[in-house]
Amino acid sequence: MDKMNSSQVLLNNGNNLNLISLKLFLRNQIAFFSELKGHPSALIGFIILILYILMAILAPLIAPHSPTTTDLDNRLLPPFWLEGGKSTFLLGTDVLGMDLLSRIIYGAQISLIVGFLAVGISILIGGTLGMIAGYYRGIFDQIISRLADLLLAFPFLIFAIGMMAFMGPGFLNLILALTFKGWVEFFRLVRGEVMSEKTKEYVEAANALGISKLKIMVVEILPNIIHSITVLGTLRLGYMIIMEASLSFLGLGIQPPTPAWGSMINDGRDYVMNAWWISTLPGIALLILVLSINLFGEGLRDLTDPRLKRS
Amino acid sequence: MFGVVVLVFVFMRFTPGDPVDLMMGKAGNVTQEQIDALRAQFNLDAPIYVQLYDYLKDAVHGDLGDSFKEQRPVTELINQTMPATIELSVMAVLFALVIAIPIGVYSAVKQNSLIDRLSMGVSFLGVSMPAFWLGILLILIFSVKLGIAPPQGRIGNGTGLVHVTGFYILDSLITGNWAALKSSLSHLILPGVTLGATMAAIVARVMRSSMLEVLCQDYVVLARAKGLREFTVIAKHALRNGLIPAVTVVGMEIGALLGGNMIVETVFGWPGLGRLAVNAIFNRDYPLVQGVVMFYAFVFVMANLIVDVLYTFINPKITI
Amino acid sequence: MLEISNLTMAYATKRGNVKAVNGVNLSLGKGEILGLVGESGCGKSATLLTLLGLVPYPGKVINGSIKFQGEDLLEKKPAEMRKIRGKDIAMIFQDPMTTLNPVFKVGEQIRESMRVHGFMETKEGNWWQRREKNKINETERVLQLMREVGISSPERRYFEYPHQFSGGMQQRAIIAIALACSAKLLLADEPTTALDVTIQAQILELLAQINQERETAIILVTHNLGMAAEFCHKIAVMYAGEIVEQGPTDEVMENPKHPYTQGLLRSIPKIGKVRQKIEPIPGTVPDLALLDETCPFYPRCNQANEACSRQRYSLRDIGAGHLVKCAIYG
Repeated sequence: MDKMNSSQVLLNNGNNLNLISLKLFLRNQIAFFSELKGHPSALIGFIILILYILMAILAPLIAPHSPTTTDLDNRLLPPFWLEGGKSTFLLGTDVLGMDLLSRIIYGAQISLIVGFLAVGISILIGGTLGMIAGYYRGIFDQIISRLADLLLAFPFLIFAIGMMAFMGPGFLNLILALTFKGWVEFFRLVRGEVMSEKTKEYVEAANALGISKLKIMVVEILPNIIHSITVLGTLRLGYMIIMEASLSFLGLGIQPPTPAWGSMINDGRDYVMNAWWISTLPGIALLILVLSINLFGEGLRDLTDPRLKRS
Repeated sequence: MFGVVVLVFVFMRFTPGDPVDLMMGKAGNVTQEQIDALRAQFNLDAPIYVQLYDYLKDAVHGDLGDSFKEQRPVTELINQTMPATIELSVMAVLFALVIAIPIGVYSAVKQNSLIDRLSMGVSFLGVSMPAFWLGILLILIFSVKLGIAPPQGRIGNGTGLVHVTGFYILDSLITGNWAALKSSLSHLILPGVTLGATMAAIVARVMRSSMLEVLCQDYVVLARAKGLREFTVIAKHALRNGLIPAVTVVGMEIGALLGGNMIVETVFGWPGLGRLAVNAIFNRDYPLVQGVVMFYAFVFVMANLIVDVLYTFINPKITI
Repeated sequence: MLEISNLTMAYATKRGNVKAVNGVNLSLGKGEILGLVGESGCGKSATLLTLLGLVPYPGKVINGSIKFQGEDLLEKKPAEMRKIRGKDIAMIFQDPMTTLNPVFKVGEQIRESMRVHGFMETKEGNWWQRREKNKINETERVLQLMREVGISSPERRYFEYPHQFSGGMQQRAIIAIALACSAKLLLADEPTTALDVTIQAQILELLAQINQERETAIILVTHNLGMAAEFCHKIAVMYAGEIVEQGPTDEVMENPKHPYTQGLLRSIPKIGKVRQKIEPIPGTVPDLALLDETCPFYPRCNQANEACSRQRYSLRDIGAGHLVKCAIYG
């Protein structure tokens, strides 16, 4: 976070540049996470997010049943605390007799993988393009910025629905549909930040030392803007997860029997009258995940935005 | 706008899946001649730039082509479903603003009070809540458990509503059909709330933070020093300034609202544009999807224009 | 007309009560101008706001009385206080750029202060006629006021928004707001600080003119002792929420007793002298929360003796209405 540090390091000791920059960067990260302790809601969000990630990774160990095994003898069972519920199916079963708890646990995999991949690829594409456009400007910047404006004129959900409709449902198509427009915001963020960072003294110092432009971008500028990217990335993560669920809900994303919360909610829609749990419970899992991601993201923003910190 | 049209057109032609195959698929024994004839009928055999040119030429004249499936003009289908969607969207925006602005203002005035904390917590929940799940939850609570609002459709049977404008609320008011008014309102309430919830949550948060900023401005002190009542100080002097960022946010959220339409109309079986679009997508009805998406883009642009005009109206520093 | 005695206003903070205004005594007659002088953060503005009954949160008046035209303002109900605010006592603010509401027309903002007190109310006709008549009367008065405060072509400027006004013009409009109901007392909180030097003189001249023509009493808050000397009949010097020296302008200027006043005087450049030495007062205003029972100026005082650190002194009359709070004078 301390922008003068890296330029001072540069001036004093140009040889170990990479190593020292990296060390500074890491130290900033550690300091940052210790700051997180002072922000209880962000900490809670972070912990719940970690728990979800663990749940997704350890799904085969935790889940009591296979998420796709149908059991026609135990169809539409209610959760255990209701009359007729069985303790072997803690949260009940759906219309095909698949265990809801296991499906919810496995569903975390899809949500998190899609979310992280969509955001990650968006950052990679948007960040790279934004850096080049912001640093070199010129015709390349103009073309990409035009394209970004064009994509921005479209509501995200309509765009994604349209793309999924024509490419057909499926995991890869889903990622493609989400990143096709998702990169734009990161592009705009990074482009703007690079443009303002470029005029600062530490970049000029690095230029004066004759360091290559690529190195300046990656080693010098990137560590200074990574926090803004992280904040936006976290906030977009929750959004992407909702988008995935929305698409799956419309039958355009992940298809049953693969457990995805969105399609599970859709499956339960016809049985709302007599088996409310099929739709409601995956929704709660989804809500808590998105909620905790947003809590974490907002906390990150509070902690990194010096303007907000003061108040 | 033009870019959007071209993008949609090119994009749809390049994606896999042939509509003619889809249409013929169920018919069984179809000859290649029949397929080619159908292709020619829909102008699918021409090179893509010719298709695009023809399409644009017609679009300028208000002709968006015919639906593959329904064999009716796309404009007719859009016209038919548009009032339902507009009614729903207006309801959603109204709900969002009527709820969110007072809550945001109150939370700012009574900062850190119980109500402030509570409403900000709820609005945080609202931001994180997927609309389709909220819709199902509302159906479950208000239709299934309490039975006070219908879960599906736009109006009950047997109200005998005469269709004048296509806006059921307006129609029933014009014709004085109170049963129809009651029925259409009760059908409107759940989808409207579902669609407006996210916007309400966002606007409430923006409203609160902008009011917090406005309330410590000098002109608020001056308003008090003039001897105005605290209510006038807040409702007139502070609110007019606090609304400016909220209007910006509403403009930005309109895109999300249009997307949300598709979801909410699907959940509530609402016979509007969104459902038309979703069905068209599943049927690979190119002209229809194209038309609807373009129409959405058009509405989006128009809505932003309206917001811009509104913006100049409440912020005298900005002129068109 | 105005008699403030032993006024104490404190902010309730985690570190206890912080007295922003501490035992202030002031009196002001009709048509008098009082200069309240001191560095930033010494409680000048807080005194004014307390006078208006607009004590900023979490402040609270804990002692004293404010007698205005024979009535104690501190004992008035909020609704009664509202009728005085803007009508009998009006305020002019420091930064005109942020004091006018950016979304309302300037003329309407001036008119509002009449409207709220029903200043131009007629009694004839039905409510609709009354409403129209009021509007006409009020608008006419607004235009007249705008002319009086020196806003040219008021018929056009009435309909303009604050951002279309220059800083000086905005301050004139704010003065027009203050004059709207012919207030008897004007509270001017550093009305010229945010303006250019030439504009400053114009605004001061305008205030002096208002004072003479309307016999409006004015409390001028400023950190500029020179300006106060030029403009005011009486001067009160404030330090850390207390008045340390008070008296007729000539007396205070020619015969300053308190070391703080002397310091302030030394820090003003004198016109006509070349390469003069300007002596700043060393140190800064103390943290009000940390004040103890010693003289608050003691750490910065160049004449302090041992006694100063042990006890504090009350205002003492040294003749000719000249009051000083300092150990040197008992």
